[in-house]
Amino acid sequence: MIHQILFFIFAAICVAGALNLLLQKHPINSALSLIVVMGSLALLYLLLGAQFVAAIQIIVYAGAIMVLFVFVIMLLNAGVEEDTHGSRIAVYFGVPAVAGLVGMVLYVLLQSSHIDYQVQLGAFAKPTKDVAMLLFRDFLLPFEVTSVLVLIAIMGAVVLARREP
Amino acid sequence: MDTLISLAFLLIKILVITHVLLGAVAYTVWLERKLIGRMQNRWGPTRVGPFGLLQPIADGIKFIVKEDLLPPGVNKPLFLLAPLLAVALGLTSLAVIPFGESITIAGHTEALQISGITNPHGGGAIFDPNVGLLIILGVTSIGVYGIALAGWSSNSKYSLLGSLRASAQMISYELALGLSLVGVIIMSGSLSLREIVNAQSGNILHWNFIGGWQFVAFFIYLISAFAETNRIPFDLPEAETELVAGYHTEYSAMKFAMFFMAEYANMFTAACVATLLFLGGWHSPFEGISWIPSLPLPALLAAFVPVFWFALKIFFFIFFYIWVRGTLPRFRYDQLMAFGWKFLLPLAIANIIVTSVLVAMNLAPLGSK
Amino acid sequence: MVPVTYYLVLSAILFTIGVAAFIFKRNIITIFMSIELMLNAVNLSFVAFANMYQNLNGQIFVFFVMVVAAAEAAVGLAIIISVFRTRETLNVDRVNLLKL
Repeated sequence: MIHQILFFIFAAICVAGALNLLLQKHPINSALSLIVVMGSLALLYLLLGAQFVAAIQIIVYAGAIMVLFVFVIMLLNAGVEEDTHGSRIAVYFGVPAVAGLVGMVLYVLLQSSHIDYQVQLGAFAKPTKDVAMLLFRDFLLPFEVTSVLVLIAIMGAVVLARREP
Repeated sequence: MDTLISLAFLLIKILVITHVLLGAVAYTVWLERKLIGRMQNRWGPTRVGPFGLLQPIADGIKFIVKEDLLPPGVNKPLFLLAPLLAVALGLTSLAVIPFGESITIAGHTEALQISGITNPHGGGAIFDPNVGLLIILGVTSIGVYGIALAGWSSNSKYSLLGSLRASAQMISYELALGLSLVGVIIMSGSLSLREIVNAQSGNILHWNFIGGWQFVAFFIYLISAFAETNRIPFDLPEAETELVAGYHTEYSAMKFAMFFMAEYANMFTAACVATLLFLGGWHSPFEGISWIPSLPLPALLAAFVPVFWFALKIFFFIFFYIWVRGTLPRFRYDQLMAFGWKFLLPLAIANIIVTSVLVAMNLAPLGSK
Repeated sequence: MVPVTYYLVLSAILFTIGVAAFIFKRNIITIFMSIELMLNAVNLSFVAFANMYQNLNGQIFVFFVMVVAAAEAAVGLAIIISVFRTRETLNVDRVNLLKL
């Protein structure tokens, strides 16, 4: 019961935040609604028993990546979005594309109605140690590869954002 | 029925802890003014009440009755949201901080931690969130938004400069701060604050600061915490000689007071984390030493002895904050960034490596475990 | 008890809104944010499946997605800043030449 109530509250906040991102004209409002979505997603992760992922979601997504976005919006003093010619083309092609995607997702979900697994609160609460074991043992190579990826990203960001002397 | 009692205890805990913290914040301001005054050969507040003890109340009344200015050109919703966000996030971390083991009132054992629960199936074991430390780190990392939004929505150059500095500074020092805690996590093998404290149970030699070889990490944490809470010597976001008052230049009355409360609440959080992680939490420095006699205290008072030690350690940190403020000048911004990225961060990484080697060689904690 | 399908439907809704925002928004920063929204939606289904199959691999995937998202945000925002420096605009329709 309490699981359902919590799920519906945070799912509603998620969807409202995502819609707000779509509807707001000012990038900083969009960024803040995205932060709300990420926060409530972290709570949904907690409901699903993924405590470590929930904490990382807040620290990395809401606390680092989105701060970067807000920082750039503030730095570039981005104003209200303007409607340009291209946005009409986007509407002509975008509406059918989104409608098609919605239809496809609904079709797949209706087809998969045989999935009747019920999520139980606290039934799948693995300690963080298990995540670490998996990450540093079974997934060691991908982990090392991502560290190289991050290194390349850092160098790329420095090179791109550097002002030419 | 049991659920109702637990709920009532939870509400009481939340009310008591929040109000104690807010009261402590008010009197920290008094203590700070008094101590800084004496360090600079002044008296500090003396007029309101004996020793100026009623000064925080007078300040509070002043904040409430002052005119609440709304400068033209501000982004109104965000301008109002920013101080609320700052103070709310400042208080959120309290939810996971344990202040002591537990107390038993009328047969009901209650954990001294808002999010700690006693085992519902009996046995008196206490559970707390097993990612408690990460929750605190997460809340601190979201705390940047209050400052960033305040600066941006004020539509003023001083506020914007202050908030840009603050965001960059907090993100940079968060790395060193987070990495300095990794050594402690390796030592205690858990992210739950309660387990981290219990791993250091014993006298002063068992604490992570000494027994866990984490003194380097402790000083990295201390310096980063000063930067995270925007205190002197790292108070560049509100450097009053350059930026008027930084990100809260345009704020007045209660909204300004909220930023003020948030700053001091963050100081308390930083002090709590340092105490829990490095200084053995609520454990007495003389615990388990046989030749020191234990004081014959009545049972109710004895239950609060751990809370006393915890509060004493917090007081030490708050005093240290004030002491440093009265002593050190402000850094230059490029010095601040270079210090964080080129010195503290490599040092924190080196500390992780050394700690891992120590653990791998079984040289870990000095004390017997 | 909540059926796992609810989580998957929520994830699908979020993903679709992300796609819609990606197509309709003109501000390059907002477009980047809608990519983050899509990644988040995918993460939700990874965690839901991890719960369904009682297997932690799904959570590990979320970890990797976050790392990639962080790298992408760093490089992407650096590109946005360097484009803004020469064009002084954030509108994707005004950035229509293949040179800086």
